[in-house]
Amino acid sequence: MAIEFRNVRKTYPDGTTAVEDFSLTIPSRSTTVFVGSSGCGNTTLLRMINRMVDATSGQVLIDGEDVGAIEPVALRRRIGYVMQNSGLLPHRTVIDNVATVPVLTGTPKAKAREQSMALLDRVGLDRSLAKRYPGQLSGGQQQRVGVARGLAADPNILLMDEPFGAVDPIVRDELQRELLRLQRELGKTVVFVTHDIDEAFLLGTQVVILKRGGVVAQIGTPAEILARPKDDFVADFIGAKRGKRRLTVEQQGDGDDLLLVDSSGYPAGLISAPGGRLEPVLSGGSDPKSRSVSNKTDQAGDA
Amino acid sequence: MDWVLSHLDDIGNLTVTHIVLCVPAIVIGFVVSVPLGYAASKSSLARGVLLTLGNVLYTIPGIALVVLVPVTLGIPLLNPVNVTIALLIYAVAIMVRSAADAFVSVSGDVKQSATAQGYSASQRFWRVELPLAGPVLLAGVRVVSVSTISLATVGALVGIPSLGTFFTDAFQRNFALEAVVGLVLVLLLAAVFDLLLSLVGRALMPWTRGTRLSAGAAKALSQPVPAGVGDVAGPGGRL
Repeated sequence: MAIEFRNVRKTYPDGTTAVEDFSLTIPSRSTTVFVGSSGCGNTTLLRMINRMVDATSGQVLIDGEDVGAIEPVALRRRIGYVMQNSGLLPHRTVIDNVATVPVLTGTPKAKAREQSMALLDRVGLDRSLAKRYPGQLSGGQQQRVGVARGLAADPNILLMDEPFGAVDPIVRDELQRELLRLQRELGKTVVFVTHDIDEAFLLGTQVVILKRGGVVAQIGTPAEILARPKDDFVADFIGAKRGKRRLTVEQQGDGDDLLLVDSSGYPAGLISAPGGRLEPVLSGGSDPKSRSVSNKTDQAGDA
Repeated sequence: MDWVLSHLDDIGNLTVTHIVLCVPAIVIGFVVSVPLGYAASKSSLARGVLLTLGNVLYTIPGIALVVLVPVTLGIPLLNPVNVTIALLIYAVAIMVRSAADAFVSVSGDVKQSATAQGYSASQRFWRVELPLAGPVLLAGVRVVSVSTISLATVGALVGIPSLGTFFTDAFQRNFALEAVVGLVLVLLLAAVFDLLLSLVGRALMPWTRGTRLSAGAAKALSQPVPAGVGDVAGPGGRL
């Protein structure tokens, strides 16, 4: 399910332009992350895919089919949607929340609930929570229910609007890893919106950095963007300028691990290097001693 | 006490008559107010017009309305329907505001998420917005119920029987005990209705048990009720 934006523009009735002229192809079965600060139109772009927002001009196509020609309610039922603060229905039990879309599309309730039980397993929720109401769950559990609900109709496309923005960092970390695992298992076309560049680099196969008005600052894999920020805006946005991303290696005592420190001297992580040999870790670099390590190794150090 | 025991028949009959006057006003008032309140929650113009109209209607003194309704609608003065219609007008005047607040209290996130999952507009109203407006709607109906039961007594002044008949009778005969009995009965009936409504609410809204209200609902419920609402003296502060 590839998604294509063709010269999309969105102007709201009050005259503000959320998106000026946006074109992008989102490859299927991979994760594309829109990242930018508020007002960059990332949520607007996401919502154009399921027609919660209609483009003022231009087209959004799913596998070549213009979404403008698809009835919105039917379109939304075949696209999963997960949002911040879960958006769960407070008056429905967990299991009925997960079963929302199958029930809307006419699956008998008993069968929809049975399938939803399996989805609770899939997102790592205990089945004993099925009869609870959302208000009785923790924030992290609610987001898992939100993800299960998004997957319930087995959609090919999953839209995620800052789904982990409101949970604490430890839970966020857990949810991010769960999403990576799910994505390896399911291979959906995921479009993810976030303000957090670290989250974007962790989850995205393709990362789209947006400026105000939905202007694309840079598109690429996390490695490409980190290695070659296109301009000052991107470099600033990803933290390269602040020195957060420029890591240098320090030997710590006589241990095997090498310490990574950023340019302000703050320890950023470790490189597991059996024997403390630096060269194999940075293989491919022409001049290992002067080369800075990209943030990818930062994650390796956290693990 | 002897008087009460020797008048159990009257007490029973007038209580039933009183209920018959009130229940249609409360039920129809609710049914009429929900769509009006929904409209008021969607547009600020509708909100301004409907709530102002409600306030104006609520300031009409009860006795004036009981006389105006038959004159305007051409119903005989002594027909009990007059009282029910008057009560209905007050019920709607109070309830539209509650209903508007109730729909406003439904979280925007939840509404958007329902749309994103693929609820059609009507499915969203019946399955999401109406049930989630429930707690605030219930609070409104409870106020309406108490106020209607209290107000219905005013019909006795123009000769339409209700528990208010005990008041007029007591006044004519200068017999205070009868008025006290009437007052106690009105209070009891209001309390019973209130209890029944809260039980119905618990049964229909299991998710509100033991959990805190959503922020929106709590806010709507904590707002002061409009002046005069629930005031036993009735609209305009007069009987």
